[in-house]
Amino acid sequence: MSETLLPTPSHTVGPFYGYALPFPDGEQIAPAGHPDTITLHGYVLDGEGKPIPDALLEFWQAAPDGSLRGAPGSLRRDPVTGGHLGRNGTDFTGFGRVPTDADGHYALRTLPPGNAGLPYLSVCVFARGLLHHLFTRAYLADGADTLLDALPAERRATLIAAEGPGRTYRFDIRLQGEGETVFLEFQ
Amino acid sequence: MALTQSDIDLEINDLQNAYDKAVAGGAPVLNHPSRDYAPYRSSVLRHPKQPLVAVNGGDPETVELSGPVFGVTDITEIDNNLTIQHQGEPLGERITVRGRLLDSGGRPVRGQLVEIWQANASGRYAHLRDQHPAPLDPNFTGVGRTLTDDQGRYIFTTIKPGAYPWRNHTNAWRPAHIHFSVFGTAFTQRLITQMYFPGDPLFPYDPILRSVTDQAARDRLVATYNHDLSQPEFSLGYEWDIVLDGPSATWIEEGR
Repeated sequence: MSETLLPTPSHTVGPFYGYALPFPDGEQIAPAGHPDTITLHGYVLDGEGKPIPDALLEFWQAAPDGSLRGAPGSLRRDPVTGGHLGRNGTDFTGFGRVPTDADGHYALRTLPPGNAGLPYLSVCVFARGLLHHLFTRAYLADGADTLLDALPAERRATLIAAEGPGRTYRFDIRLQGEGETVFLEFQ
Repeated sequence: MALTQSDIDLEINDLQNAYDKAVAGGAPVLNHPSRDYAPYRSSVLRHPKQPLVAVNGGDPETVELSGPVFGVTDITEIDNNLTIQHQGEPLGERITVRGRLLDSGGRPVRGQLVEIWQANASGRYAHLRDQHPAPLDPNFTGVGRTLTDDQGRYIFTTIKPGAYPWRNHTNAWRPAHIHFSVFGTAFTQRLITQMYFPGDPLFPYDPILRSVTDQAARDRLVATYNHDLSQPEFSLGYEWDIVLDGPSATWIEEGR
């Protein structure tokens, strides 16, 4: 296929998206009370290791059965008040959106992805100061993987979420400097 | 010592000249801003120094080749009219902004979510962090959402945002703009950007717009005034198409 149109350039999300993009239950991909729920969480850090309080993270993942079809309803609305109803409690949309808090921390509650190979969530990072978003992956397990196996050990480690107590996984994102997270481009 | 506009202009011009010279010498055109663009000071500690790692999109099981979907549950019918979200009418110049969401093959992206946010007519955001001395408008929040139709079209009714000051350097002003967030059929196509208005005198001074060093690419961020879209005694019309890049599963299927 020949490309005919040139892309619209990216711009930073800026500092003022907070009243527009985040939505209630954005961090709750798992249906409420689901026994298999896991928590993926961590900090987003800048080149001096300081937490970034105005980053916005988006997550996209396979459903537990491996489906990549997704489902509408991530930001289900109330047609009466215009407010948000929250997710419907049964559909798995595969999409989450979480702003970091004042301490640069985020937490996402979801179900384990059932994609082929090692389970991972795709992460898209936006922030004030970041002119073009960044993609990375939070792998929930280590093992043989085309992408991971091509990386030196210390870089590989930045893509593996560390399993903690109570079905938690810690995944920090370092935009720059020591321990800089591996960011991806798709070709 | 506080940075002046002239200090920033020098940096912007150096980077512009370096880019133009590189392209003249055969370097590839850059359609997106460099993440490392020092005139925008907030970028200095917030960009990776390691090169991005390429993922070959040829594997259809790559999660990022699919993406989130949205539907009628995710918006309300008036979300794309930012002028009727409150009891009264907002102040400012009422405008219509419409366009198409396309992939780089020119195909419409159908049924996808388009979100916008913007300052009010005075250049003030409904956000605690914006405390500059311009009035808030009780009849304007500045948030809109819609889904593209079966031809990839979107349309918003809003008011023209004002320019506003920021603290990148002394006397820094952002040209009037509307923030856009759009999804393609694949997560790889995700895009957040800003739409500008034609003829804004602040363009040359703005390190965020100038971070897109390619003039033709910058021009693609500026809407076109369309008189046929203006409505008599009601609103002015602007047109702005959005083109996404990045591979998608659709491409792979068609390539087989």
